[in-house]
Amino acid sequence: MSPRPGFVLDVDRSTPPTLFWHGEGFRLERLPVGSRVVYAPEPLEPLRDPRAAIRSALLHPLGDSEPLDALLRPGMRLTIAFDDVSLPLPPMARPDARQLVMEEVLDLAAAAGVDDVVLIAALALHRRMTEAELRHALGDRVYDAFAPAGLLLQHDAEDPDALVHLGVTDQGEDVEINRRAAESDLLVYVNINLVAMDGGHKSVATGLASYRSLRHHHNPATMRASRSFMDQHHSELHSSNWRMGRLIAESGVRIFQIETTLNTDTFPGTFDFLQKREWEWSLRDRAAFAASSAALERTPPRVARRIFHSVRAPHRLTSVQAGEVEAVHAETTANVHRQQLVAVDGQTDILTMGLPYISPYNVNSVLNPILVACLGLGYFFNLYRGRPLVREGGVLIMSHPTRPEFDPVHHPSYIDFFEEVLPETTDPVAIAERFEESFATDPWYVHLYRTGYAYHGVHPFYMWYWCAHALEHLGAVIVVGGDPASVRRMGFRPASTLADALEIASDVVGTSPTLTHLHTPPIMLADVT
Amino acid sequence: MVDVRHALAGKRFFVTGATGFLGTALVERLLRSVPDCQVVLLVRPGRRATPAQRVAREIVKNDCFDRLRAELGDRFDDEISARLQAVAGDVGTDRLGLDDDGIRLLSTCDVVVHSAATVSFDAPLDSAVEVNMLGPSRVAEAVVEARALAAADGRSGPAHFVPVSTAYVAGTHQGEAAEELLDGNRYSVAVDWRGEVAAARRLRDDLESASRRPERLAGYTRSARDELGAAGLHLLAERAERLREDWVKRELVDAGKARAQALGWPDAYAYTKALGERALTSRFGGEVPITIVRPSIIESALAEPRPGWIRGFRMAEPIILSYARGLLREFPGVPEGVIDVIPVDLVVAAIVAVAARGPVGTSPSVVHVASGVRNPFRYGRLVDLVQAWFTDHPIYDADGQPIVVPEWSFPGRGRVQRQLQRADRLMETAERLVGSLPVRGRRATWMAGLEERHALVQRALGYVELYGAYTETEARYRVDRLLGLWGELSEADRERFCFDPAAIDWDTYVRDVHLPSIVSHARVRTTPGRSTQVPRAERTRAAVLSPDRHLAAFDLENTLVSSNVVDSYAWLASRHLPARGRAAFVADLVRQAPALLALDRRDRGDFLRSFYRRYEGAPTDRLDDDGWELFHHLLLAKSYPSAIARVRRHRALGHRTVLITGALDLVVEPLRPLFDDIVCARLGRNGGTFTGHLDELPPIGEARALVLADYAAAEGLRLEESVAYADSASDLAMLEAVGFPVAVNPEAKLAAIARRRGWLVEEWGTAEGGPRPVLPLGPLDAPGARRRPGDSPFSPAARAGARRRLEPRR
Repeated sequence: MSPRPGFVLDVDRSTPPTLFWHGEGFRLERLPVGSRVVYAPEPLEPLRDPRAAIRSALLHPLGDSEPLDALLRPGMRLTIAFDDVSLPLPPMARPDARQLVMEEVLDLAAAAGVDDVVLIAALALHRRMTEAELRHALGDRVYDAFAPAGLLLQHDAEDPDALVHLGVTDQGEDVEINRRAAESDLLVYVNINLVAMDGGHKSVATGLASYRSLRHHHNPATMRASRSFMDQHHSELHSSNWRMGRLIAESGVRIFQIETTLNTDTFPGTFDFLQKREWEWSLRDRAAFAASSAALERTPPRVARRIFHSVRAPHRLTSVQAGEVEAVHAETTANVHRQQLVAVDGQTDILTMGLPYISPYNVNSVLNPILVACLGLGYFFNLYRGRPLVREGGVLIMSHPTRPEFDPVHHPSYIDFFEEVLPETTDPVAIAERFEESFATDPWYVHLYRTGYAYHGVHPFYMWYWCAHALEHLGAVIVVGGDPASVRRMGFRPASTLADALEIASDVVGTSPTLTHLHTPPIMLADVT
Repeated sequence: MVDVRHALAGKRFFVTGATGFLGTALVERLLRSVPDCQVVLLVRPGRRATPAQRVAREIVKNDCFDRLRAELGDRFDDEISARLQAVAGDVGTDRLGLDDDGIRLLSTCDVVVHSAATVSFDAPLDSAVEVNMLGPSRVAEAVVEARALAAADGRSGPAHFVPVSTAYVAGTHQGEAAEELLDGNRYSVAVDWRGEVAAARRLRDDLESASRRPERLAGYTRSARDELGAAGLHLLAERAERLREDWVKRELVDAGKARAQALGWPDAYAYTKALGERALTSRFGGEVPITIVRPSIIESALAEPRPGWIRGFRMAEPIILSYARGLLREFPGVPEGVIDVIPVDLVVAAIVAVAARGPVGTSPSVVHVASGVRNPFRYGRLVDLVQAWFTDHPIYDADGQPIVVPEWSFPGRGRVQRQLQRADRLMETAERLVGSLPVRGRRATWMAGLEERHALVQRALGYVELYGAYTETEARYRVDRLLGLWGELSEADRERFCFDPAAIDWDTYVRDVHLPSIVSHARVRTTPGRSTQVPRAERTRAAVLSPDRHLAAFDLENTLVSSNVVDSYAWLASRHLPARGRAAFVADLVRQAPALLALDRRDRGDFLRSFYRRYEGAPTDRLDDDGWELFHHLLLAKSYPSAIARVRRHRALGHRTVLITGALDLVVEPLRPLFDDIVCARLGRNGGTFTGHLDELPPIGEARALVLADYAAAEGLRLEESVAYADSASDLAMLEAVGFPVAVNPEAKLAAIARRRGWLVEEWGTAEGGPRPVLPLGPLDAPGARRRPGDSPFSPAARAGARRRLEPRR
């Protein structure tokens, strides 16, 4: 039986309560009759033999590209960049897609007699990966072969010696990327394309870039002009990256792009019910839900977080594309859409969503309030093609504890952003003008980013810019079950129950609004007509 | 008939004790109500003030003179300087410390009023003896000399000596006490005052010697260490010396009380005053015309210079205020007993009238100024009035809530005393117990609150022990002579110089005069609601963060990070240990923990030196690398974000920032970009390994203050304009060295000190969402990792050696 596509449920009296993620826990909410619930398509059948598929893709590239083995020769400088710990979510069970691809690429390189090989984690301004995370992504064999010899690097966007300025686009955008990557004879980039935003020219132009380069598209104006940033053809974020990518190609950087797509098999056995439709829950699912809810209630958030972060997703590969960037990406996007696209008819007054414990920026860490905002208003709000799920002036209701919890190792500048910037203003444009520069160039944050495991000082700003489109579009944002002080500081409204939230929303959208619930994760992309 | 104004007009008065409550009122009244009189004051020179400055500051500026100032207007200053004169002297030294000019000045005076006394009921015996017992005789001796000098010049000299004593010299026995010399009092024990003086002086010498015996000195040092922890030699020595002085003083206080009670007086005050009278009359009774004025308990003014005027807090005020604050749940006393209170202006008027009438007969006479017989005021009535008044006019706590006053049930003194003593012992035990726990931060601040409550209980106990006798007294002080004098006054003088105790309406006096006055004096909150004032902590914080500051010095452990050298060592040592080796390592370290803690408490320097031996032979390059991992995985995870933000804030304000810590260089290296400078412990390196010895003294304890001072001096920064952040009493030297000390998450001892001294206290926590390792152990190497040679960088021999060195040195 082939997997069922996505589905929009109309809530009636017989509909069981709907599952809302709520940080390291869940809420069951009874939605008003007449509401709609958007369910993701079921996981696609994975590739039967991923290694064979990878090898085949490397040898039969798309677009204007020679096969990888033909590009490899002894004495050449080869650099292989790969997506960092922010992908996929949750981290996938071993073997990771990157390990599979990397091993195939390295086998070909070894066969071709290439000696000068360097691996680079494409961090952009993300935190460095730990040894354990690198081992998980690349496998012990690759790690032990490269790391001790100093050939496994992590991109350092603040090392002036390790960057090269390639030029300025016709729109005046600086293109500055990793020197080793730019000066190699061949740059192979290994992607995991979890969502439609990932990959394409964005891989190199963002993943291996510096602040000087990133600020041209990581800003409020660009984000407001990206509708959505999940839709490459209507995304200024992508247009900018494409201009940069083309300039990189014109500068002579030879890129061999490898993109992989995953199915939406997100949670392992015990948490199976999380990706099922509530009315189809089996007795076992119900028991699992009741048991985990009861256990979570008695578990301190810190412990629950550790449990959830140890979850490894049973994601499986659904496609591999290799070759020239744009041709590869077109095919990849089609494969992402095949898994994630759900047709939704018309917008809604109120969009509800339950936010889980994880986002791309807090793997093995805590989803702090700024990341909560980014996950809801940045990522989930933008999971659309065509029109936003919620109408302009509508209300977004999201559910998350939003405790004022921060990781001092990963998110030091977030703490100061929350304490010093947000109390002043929540307007992305004002924030960018008044505060970005000082955080971005702060030597202490730079130090922590370069030597430790800290996101760059400017990163919380980017998270806030990610929300810019939603903030401009929405009439109100309400957080159910969120810490009131934290929620208010971000300019949102706290509500203790969904009923309260709907009551508050009636000030904006009246007393008989339409309501749509985005039942994610698993990830989907609403195709709103 | 006595015409006061006429009798005293143009006379010269010589007054001692003018800076006191009674003295100030007397001087004011003389200047205001006796035409053209002049007043010479015997004033002790202050540490930084001449007698004239003290007079201006402590007497003329007092609100007692407001009325006179208003009446005289522009003429006030001229009038004061023309009629008021100060001469340096001290009733505690022979000849009052006067030179010949001083005696000559005294010889020009007509009346001498001696009101200087050690009024504290719990003064050390020897100082009470010097001032109260010998003072009157010393003044009389000077008067004799002055009279001789005047006679030689053909003048008359001082014709009347009026020493102020206390009604309680007659004791607190049941029954009436007449206005007579003590020798005629059948209740008073005949005791030779000279013997008492000699014994008191000898006792002081004996106690000074006893306090210096080695075992006592060791005890003070131990107590100082208990209180301050490892604060460094100098501070401990200073504290120990203060403890020694306190002990001597306390022994003298106890001795005074014991001696007084053995002879039938309630306390050392009454006892020394009584023997002072005896010494005076026995030596000078036939030579100098003397009238002794004996007031009872002097309280705020009934009418002059204004109703309610009071200077300083007397005996009843602290008790009443403690009651109003709800702190004194009970106070002993007999409800129907008479509490003998007399307003200060009545005492002043009586002294003036006595002076106007002049001496009676050839031998000394006595006048009581007391209310108990003429207009008795029952203790029970006082309590009712006070309770009613504070029920109508509650004072408010810090949250703006009214405080409900308790109802007293007049238990016996013994019961209250026992209750309070029990509470005292209990709290002392609790304090000692909790004080030995390693609490810090909010809990420690709460502890300091416990200490404060303990202090209140002790104070309440003190009141009961000191003043309990006065609420139970059944002695009644006759005022026949006082009333006789009253009878001799004209109507006009009675109006002007009222001293008839019958003039007091007690209800009005307590409700409308006394209580409003002491409440306004006490600066307690009398309005509800939250204070609109900026909280004190915020004001202090603003001062700390003023751009005017020069330097901000930070401690590391528990100030910036919630971690310590043992954590760091454990992390580094376990960094590459396989899982099975860890259990043994942890068990080993846990076994040593008590010894480590004890040594740390004893001497931080010894602890560090001994602990760092463990690094002997460890490879430098590997630990330098691991130091970075340690920082990011452990120290940063356990850091206080607010502390880091504070360092950055200081830097942004242009202050120099410096980290001063006993932690190792390889551990704090990653913090370098946060600070302008770092001063830390540095381990010796020899080739590729550590020697296990420190290159120089680690910057801890007092050394830290010196390092800071040197640093500031070298950089041209001023310590009084600088800020220091630290968490423990062992950092006291550094905190005291700067103008703006800040206690961060203070442990109990420092919390108590910070609270007492009004230092800013910051409660900084680790980030809520950060990783919180249960044990400070390095991450396990991945299963697939190729093992590096040597599981731990620390050799077993070094570890064993360090453990041996942990044993206390003999």
